[in-house]
Amino acid sequence: MIAMAKYTQDKEELTQQKAKKFNLWLGMIGMFMMFAALSSGFIVYTAGGMDRGIKTLLPDAFIYSTALIVLSSVTMQLAYNAAKKTLFSRQKMLLVATILLGIGFFIIQVYAWGVLSARGVVFVNSNASQSFIYVFTGMHLAHIVAGILVLIRALAGRINNIPQVNNVFRMDLAALFWHFLGFLWIYIYVFLLLNQ
Amino acid sequence: MSTIANAGTHSVDHHGDHGHHHETFWTKYVFSQDHKMIAKQFLITGIIMAVVAMLLSILFRIQLAWPDKEFPILEVFLGSKWAAGGRIHPEFFLALVTIHGTIMVFFVLTAGLSGTFANLLIPYQLGARDMASPFMNMLSYWFFFVACIVMIASFFVESGPASAGWTIYPPLSAVPKAISGSATGMTLWLISMTLFIVSQVLGGTNYISTVLNMRTKGMDLWKMPLTIWALFLTAIVGLLSFPVLVSAVVLLIFDRSFGTSFYLSDLVVQGQILPNEGGSPILFQHLFWFLGHPEVYIVLMPALGLTSEVISTNSRKPIFGYHAMVYSLIGITILSFIVWGHHMFVTGMNPFLGGVFMITTLIIAVPSAVKVFNYLATLWRGNIRFTPAMLFAIGMVSFFISGGLTGIYLGNSALDINLHDTYFVVAHFHLVMGSASIFGMLCGVYHWFPKLFGRMMNEKLGYLHFWLTFIGAYLVFFPMHFMGIDGVPRRYYAFTEFPFMEKWISVNVFVTWAAIIAALGQIAFIWNFFSSIWFGKRATQNPWSSNTLEWTTPVEHIHGNWPGEIPTVYRWPYDYSKPGHHEDFIPQTVPFSETMSSNLPHDFEGNAEAERIQREWELANNPQPEKETE
Repeated sequence: MIAMAKYTQDKEELTQQKAKKFNLWLGMIGMFMMFAALSSGFIVYTAGGMDRGIKTLLPDAFIYSTALIVLSSVTMQLAYNAAKKTLFSRQKMLLVATILLGIGFFIIQVYAWGVLSARGVVFVNSNASQSFIYVFTGMHLAHIVAGILVLIRALAGRINNIPQVNNVFRMDLAALFWHFLGFLWIYIYVFLLLNQ
Repeated sequence: MSTIANAGTHSVDHHGDHGHHHETFWTKYVFSQDHKMIAKQFLITGIIMAVVAMLLSILFRIQLAWPDKEFPILEVFLGSKWAAGGRIHPEFFLALVTIHGTIMVFFVLTAGLSGTFANLLIPYQLGARDMASPFMNMLSYWFFFVACIVMIASFFVESGPASAGWTIYPPLSAVPKAISGSATGMTLWLISMTLFIVSQVLGGTNYISTVLNMRTKGMDLWKMPLTIWALFLTAIVGLLSFPVLVSAVVLLIFDRSFGTSFYLSDLVVQGQILPNEGGSPILFQHLFWFLGHPEVYIVLMPALGLTSEVISTNSRKPIFGYHAMVYSLIGITILSFIVWGHHMFVTGMNPFLGGVFMITTLIIAVPSAVKVFNYLATLWRGNIRFTPAMLFAIGMVSFFISGGLTGIYLGNSALDINLHDTYFVVAHFHLVMGSASIFGMLCGVYHWFPKLFGRMMNEKLGYLHFWLTFIGAYLVFFPMHFMGIDGVPRRYYAFTEFPFMEKWISVNVFVTWAAIIAALGQIAFIWNFFSSIWFGKRATQNPWSSNTLEWTTPVEHIHGNWPGEIPTVYRWPYDYSKPGHHEDFIPQTVPFSETMSSNLPHDFEGNAEAERIQREWELANNPQPEKETE
């Protein structure tokens, strides 16, 4: 009887975890819709006149930041695999690496803004297509900050030695979100490249 | 009752307990993670916001009816800045209209309606212990609450609340110097709405995830009550459209505060040329209405769901065309995303594009008409019980028809040239979206009050409330059609300033009196609602003899909803007055093996074994021949 009740409860908890992960998927759809709206706004705006458009080459810094975020996705996946295999020190090390790569990505993006501004492609601009570059990258960076907080939370869970089920679950969600942020950046980068 | 929850061990007698030990006042009533409490929080906040927005509308109705008359009492309450000499200041009039619209559309009919009933009914009617993420659910309410506070706070800043209309079109909203309402008040509006969207997305993801992942055993999608279908599709619409508003708002914030030119170009304000160049205000309209039109259905669809349930229950008949009802909701969901251009026919849109938007808009008449016919067919020859909830549901159908009809005219890109921005539009959306949705919400409140608070509302006060509101709403909004056809524009401050509008002042006086009487009628509701929470007649477990799962839970709310195992579902929710059964309802939890006398061949969905057992039973029990034919 007690075993039976425990079984039902575990099953209910498992459903709850599945549902929470699904929440994250839905959240990502919502975030993607936001960027889709910006993209369509960009297209509608840019199509409105010949004097509009990016009209500059994107800084090379974006290539390096892309490499960094792809690399961080790899370390994140390895960290998740390590968590599943209960290789805890490895998990910690790889998580820290991911966080550092994330911070590096952030710094390069801000540096790229500097490169653009030096060329006269500034945020406050009568050609709003150029302002859009800042909006895309800035909104993405806001999500990167959120992503780094999620990673730190996963790391804190590991350090505080939370139960393995929760550890793996946190890592699962963190990895999913982090991969999404990488994917989102590549989408933005390709979108801007196609329009430069 | 408190449990000791060591890490890794679970208490056996306390289902669904995920570490909620000692409940304090704060965790039970304030930062509650229980879906039932959050539903109550949304409902009561929504009601308070509705009262605020209604009072605002009475204020501007007074101005419209008596533009040259002084009401010294207004100055006493509103101060000499907004009501100097007892007359509403023109800029304050615009603020009243704006905030009335914003609160009603977003805070009452979106958060108050979906927030209350999605939180209450999704776990209850699906057989779940709680939402997918109770924590996100709690955050959803508190973001909403802070958004409410910020919106109300905008009345207390020096320059007054936002006043560019609830659609906040730039450039008016984007240039702080343009009108006083575009200064701090507009900033607060934008902050409030951003918080509001966060709340909606947090809530909406939870609703979708719960519906898809946490249904009890046997509850497949086609056994879900129409309330759940409606709330589920509403949440999907919200998830896809609200983030778009975020983008629109973010760009607007940059234009306002950072000097970018996404929406602004070639502006001269008070003799000064603004530096912004190259922007497109139409871009904002596209982004805004990509949310704005789906928002209309976010407001309406929950009302359609709630009334479907109430009409079926109180007609004691299965809902007519259950599948058609679901497919028409899905149709509305999809169509809602491809019609936004009908708000922009007169923005210089290419007429061919206008034609496309016209066609998609008119197609919405099809699923809407399907729903109306199904409502009427459900009522047809029903054994109708006119409870207050039922009256409000029928009222919703009435408004949906009378308001929906005028949508056909407005959706026409040629006619819209004449009707755009007139009182015809005001009449249309106040009937089809405003009145229909608020009637759906009130219907839900009367019907599920026993589930929310364990007590009944007073029926007589309910009837009084219904008739005052129903007649009042028609008297207020119907005459506006004629004003609109005559070309009277909306949002104008004083009809006496324009000779062609002056003749409509007598109608305005009539409308204002109707509005005041209808508003007084709401006292019957407010009194009934709050006194019944404490002094109402105690409710029985299933007061309406209803089929759905929420009525199998105990009257007293418990954490996890069901004391023992979650019930299993065997049948659809609309087995009312099934021939051959001794009662006029069969709850979803009753298996077919207990209702042998009423089972029909299609109940078994092609299960040959079950059909064989049924045939054998019928042979053995020698049923009456006339029952066979039924």
